[in-house]
Amino acid sequence: MSRRKGVYASKMKRATHMLFYRRHQKPGVKGWELHKALGADYPKVLDILDDYLKSLDLQVKTVFEEEKTPVEKPALEELDKARFYVTLRGELTPKETKMIGWRIDDLAGLAIAIAYIISKKGQASRKEVEELLNEKLPGWKVGLNIDRYIRYGYLLQDDNAQLYLDWRTRAEVDRKALIDTLLTAETQKTAPSEVTDEESKEADYKSND
Amino acid sequence: MSSKTEQKLGREKLQRIIEMCIAIEAHAVDPFMLDVDDIIKVVKEYFPRWEKPEDLNLDAETIHHLASSIKLQSEWIKHRSTSLYTDPFLLEEKITQAGKEVMVGLFLKAWHPVVELEQISIHSLAEAMRYWETLLPLRERWKELAAPKVEIGTATRDELIRERILGDKVFSDELENYWQELKEKVKEKGHDGKILYWDFVGAETYEETAQRAFLTSFLITYGYATLEIHPLEEEIFIKPFETPIAKISTQQSISIPIAVTHDNWQKWKRGEPD
Repeated sequence: MSRRKGVYASKMKRATHMLFYRRHQKPGVKGWELHKALGADYPKVLDILDDYLKSLDLQVKTVFEEEKTPVEKPALEELDKARFYVTLRGELTPKETKMIGWRIDDLAGLAIAIAYIISKKGQASRKEVEELLNEKLPGWKVGLNIDRYIRYGYLLQDDNAQLYLDWRTRAEVDRKALIDTLLTAETQKTAPSEVTDEESKEADYKSND
Repeated sequence: MSSKTEQKLGREKLQRIIEMCIAIEAHAVDPFMLDVDDIIKVVKEYFPRWEKPEDLNLDAETIHHLASSIKLQSEWIKHRSTSLYTDPFLLEEKITQAGKEVMVGLFLKAWHPVVELEQISIHSLAEAMRYWETLLPLRERWKELAAPKVEIGTATRDELIRERILGDKVFSDELENYWQELKEKVKEKGHDGKILYWDFVGAETYEETAQRAFLTSFLITYGYATLEIHPLEEEIFIKPFETPIAKISTQQSISIPIAVTHDNWQKWKRGEPD
């Protein structure tokens, strides 16, 4: 192995440790931390790592500060301010979501809340979101679910009970794809009472909230 | 038309523009209802006639609100031009009609959860053991305080007042008296039904001044009086109400910090402007 390759292999290992293991309260690593640990060529290290992760169906995801996603190739300064995560590259199947502790109702509620907030230009009152969820989820669950989405970092609530999208949605959800698929999806009505099927009961045990 | 009438008309026009902009900021009116060129023409037309600080202030306020409305127009265009824009009604309709399974199915197409691991390492174990070794036992860290034993007894109201645990008057009575004092002082020394804040609050000693400022804050909070602030002149007036305004506590209130520092008190004593 040439010396140059060896250097990049070692930097890639270091980047893997930093990205996979949670270092702060929130997962992910800030660009400037990677810059400090790996040097100014850390974007290249991340590219190599991303390429390597492809075969594992994972990817290095970059979330730019305050959603200022650069149109062209981002400058090092912009990358330093961005946050990097390792996320799933492909899609989860509904069965897999249950394995990681999500009930179908909770996930549908999250999808609805996120889509609704996007449709309202990134801000919607909690009351409106609750009313929307109330149509298909039992009333007692709605408030608990929204609190859970807030706790996980998908939504953010301000003092005026306005809901916004939080860091986890920015990191995990391809908002354009969500809206596009929602608009092109075939509509299908579901009755509100359809909540307690055997599958969701089973998933309840797995859910840790 | 006389200059005064023109100024009056100009003021009214600016006031109307401000009201319109406020309605836009509150999302009650479409931002594109505003004809920016027309407004700028009006502002330009009257600007040379403004002499008084209040008029210049009104002019600045108009520009400020106009800028906010233009910002809203620009945000609207930006949002419409992004690929994320979709008609909210259409989207809402889709959300309401989509079944749970459909919703989950399409969410899974757009959801790429973060991968994260939590695992203890040899390094952190070693660090934790070092910490544990140097940690003092609880009995040494939380040594009992040698508090003197006191017999349980009773205290009279006078004793509590002497100890400064209670005030010598019921607070509401004290506030009522203070309000009467404010009204009298306004009659004696004030003008237009108001008095300079420091002329009312200021007292012989700094302690008394602080006490008066404390009571004044309650007068304002409980609707016995209000503050009038002239930012350009940097003057703050206090204005008593004839009867307490009850609805004040039901409206959204704002806090106005006023520094009652020893330096400010000395300046007031020397008769220097604040």
